[in-house]
Amino acid sequence: MLLSRVAESVYWAARYLERAEATARLVNVHTELFLDLPKAAGMGWAPLLAVSGSRDAFGLRHTRVSEEKVVHFLTASAENPGSIISSVKQAHANLRVTQAILPSEAWGVLNQLHVWAAETRLEAVGRRTRLAWTSRFISQCRLFAGLLDGTMSHDDTYAFFEIGRGLERADMTTRVLDIQAGTLVAQPAGAGPFAELMWTGMLRSLSAHQMFRRIAGPMVTGPAALAFLLRDPQFPRSVEHCLIEISRALLEVCRHNDPMAGCADVQQVLEQTDLSSLGEGKKSAAALHEYVDRLQQGLARLHEVLVNTYFELEPSTIRVLQPA
Amino acid sequence: MWEGYQSPGCWDELLADGQPRPACDGVVSYLAALGDRLAARQEAAELAVRAMGITFTVYTEASNIDKAWPFDVIPRVISTQEWERISLGLVQRLTVLNLFIGDLYGDARVVADGVFPAGLVASSVNFRPQCQSARPPQGVWAHICGSDLVRDVDGTMYVLEDNLRVPSGVSYMLENRLVTKRVFADLFRDLDIQPVDDYTNKLGGLLAALSPRPGEPPVIAVLTPGIFNSAYFEHAFLAQQMGAHLVEGKDLVVDGDDCVYMRTIGGLVRVDVIYRRVDDLFLDPEVFRPDSALGVPGLMRAWRAGKVGIANAPGAGVADDKVVYAYVPALIRYYLDEEPIIPNVPTWLCHLEDHRRYVLSHLDEMVVKPANESGGYGVFIGSRATKVAKEKIRRLVEARPRDYVAQPIVQLSTAPTLCDGKVVPRHLDLRPFVLVGQHPYVTQGGLTRVAMKQGSLVVNSSQGGGSKDTWVIDPTVVPAPGQSQAQSQSKW
Repeated sequence: MLLSRVAESVYWAARYLERAEATARLVNVHTELFLDLPKAAGMGWAPLLAVSGSRDAFGLRHTRVSEEKVVHFLTASAENPGSIISSVKQAHANLRVTQAILPSEAWGVLNQLHVWAAETRLEAVGRRTRLAWTSRFISQCRLFAGLLDGTMSHDDTYAFFEIGRGLERADMTTRVLDIQAGTLVAQPAGAGPFAELMWTGMLRSLSAHQMFRRIAGPMVTGPAALAFLLRDPQFPRSVEHCLIEISRALLEVCRHNDPMAGCADVQQVLEQTDLSSLGEGKKSAAALHEYVDRLQQGLARLHEVLVNTYFELEPSTIRVLQPA
Repeated sequence: MWEGYQSPGCWDELLADGQPRPACDGVVSYLAALGDRLAARQEAAELAVRAMGITFTVYTEASNIDKAWPFDVIPRVISTQEWERISLGLVQRLTVLNLFIGDLYGDARVVADGVFPAGLVASSVNFRPQCQSARPPQGVWAHICGSDLVRDVDGTMYVLEDNLRVPSGVSYMLENRLVTKRVFADLFRDLDIQPVDDYTNKLGGLLAALSPRPGEPPVIAVLTPGIFNSAYFEHAFLAQQMGAHLVEGKDLVVDGDDCVYMRTIGGLVRVDVIYRRVDDLFLDPEVFRPDSALGVPGLMRAWRAGKVGIANAPGAGVADDKVVYAYVPALIRYYLDEEPIIPNVPTWLCHLEDHRRYVLSHLDEMVVKPANESGGYGVFIGSRATKVAKEKIRRLVEARPRDYVAQPIVQLSTAPTLCDGKVVPRHLDLRPFVLVGQHPYVTQGGLTRVAMKQGSLVVNSSQGGGSKDTWVIDPTVVPAPGQSQAQSQSKW
């Protein structure tokens, strides 16, 4: 018997951790790319704010976009509820409630990560230390996930961890596509000398580059990259794969009809559209944006269904007479 | 390491005139043979505490920090013979306290017969009129109790107070044992140390017996105020050990049928028994504090209707009042017609004028305590108080005499404790835990709390206290010749 509150805490902790890790990846890759590209490529830091959905929050506090300010806001800022530091704090607070359920080793790792990240957070900002800090952060997140996978029973509690992670991951992939791919697609055919580098950068910010190369060969083209990140069933960060994982996890959980249907709805959106029509040019960019928007709405609906089904149970709705 | 060890004029639990007390023979000779290697054992114990994640929460305004549980590796030893007598005394006491609570919420015979003054009931902050005429199963109100015992200079063991509301510490007693078993594995093989780990089974059995649906597997929940409570570790620990659900108020709901349900992902599941670690006043906003977010609206209704068992029963705290404490010997005579087995520390009641006058003119020799606080807060110790502190307590006592009691300063007994690489005497007390159900149960020993600062009499962990494992040993059982000492020496 899993308490609704505990399920919700685990779900949110997974979302926050995934968000923190994804942000670390974004900052890491963007920094490398920024160092690689000549100024002429015109790469700035504003897109990072857009991807993480914090453009407005940033605008409230800063008038000018600069590398240092953006990176600080996304990593070390306590004022930004979506920063790495804030996300880890939220994940920690959520899992503290369920400490008794987590394998103690995993809890220990999260505890350390929480303390370490808060203490060293400014290392995420300085360019000299940034890559090392974000890499270490990512590997600690992976360590935590690995410990859970290897030492926690894959029961309904774990399922909520997987569901939260899957949803956040799918959401992050769609946001990266919306902003970064959107920008690239909008450029005229040929897309300048740096297009391939930037497509590559987008793949790398989702840790997708190497796996993409294995199936797509040496050339990185826009439509192929898009198809990979949206529909590849095997790549763990593609939207398709995340949805498959969510449905699989839902099988472990009782009363999963509605959430399963919600999941299938997103899958349908995902598979309906002809990706080859999303080639290049302004019109395609608008179509891509519209497509991604529908995916995000579907994911938001799935979240709502989870909340209504499992977390915010109205009294007298469903009564379990005698638990097994 | 032990050079010059001497208790400062107090009773020492392990040594008398440099010689081990009867039950302490094996332990003392083992420790002496260890010599300086004792420090390594202390380190191992501290490592174990961290590895096992035994923490307590220090709550400050800024944040709450989980600190490693402070633990001293040298055990405190009590003989089985003494412990048997103390156990009987504790059961006697809690039998009477339960009769007293039931009486107060029932016919109040004890008041009518002039044994307990009506005025004290009226002025009790823990008396809950909402509990009047309630009839909890088996007539038990205070199921789980932690009474604090102290030993004076002449070796007499006294009860210092009875904690009947939400006493904590039992998880640390259990964890302390796990730590010493790791660190002194060989001693556990050689000496006949009474086990303590059946506590959670007994507690689980006691709670299960309160289920309103006998014959069906009961659903038991531990109700915690949440992670910000200093005893959250213990709540989680006990729930885990008993296979109970750790719930917060918002997880529970009382439905139109007066039954209590918990919200699970599968739907509402009926809860049969609640081991509540939330104070009375926060239990049910419909009846008590309406602003409580920790409680469950309707819980009292469910309890009074007999649809859910609650331990300790609401209202049980009325006997957890240091003014009531002073009456316990009289209550034992009244209800059982017996003499108290464990004596009380003499107590002056500040609401009585002659008592108050005496207390205020002898402040230097007194401990003055709030009647209804816990955690050692607000305790005044006359022998080391400043002039300002004395004036302050005088004003407090004069303003609210019912809220204060005074006792002579008990020179708490000491035991050898490892501090900065040296074995030194430190003051301690003992909190055994008593379960009152169909078959009363007293833990073997309990939680020994030790004041880590030299000369300090304050043992509360929230105020710098530590703890020790407590070993109940039968001194008449002689270990096989030469075993413990010889083996421990040959091992090193």
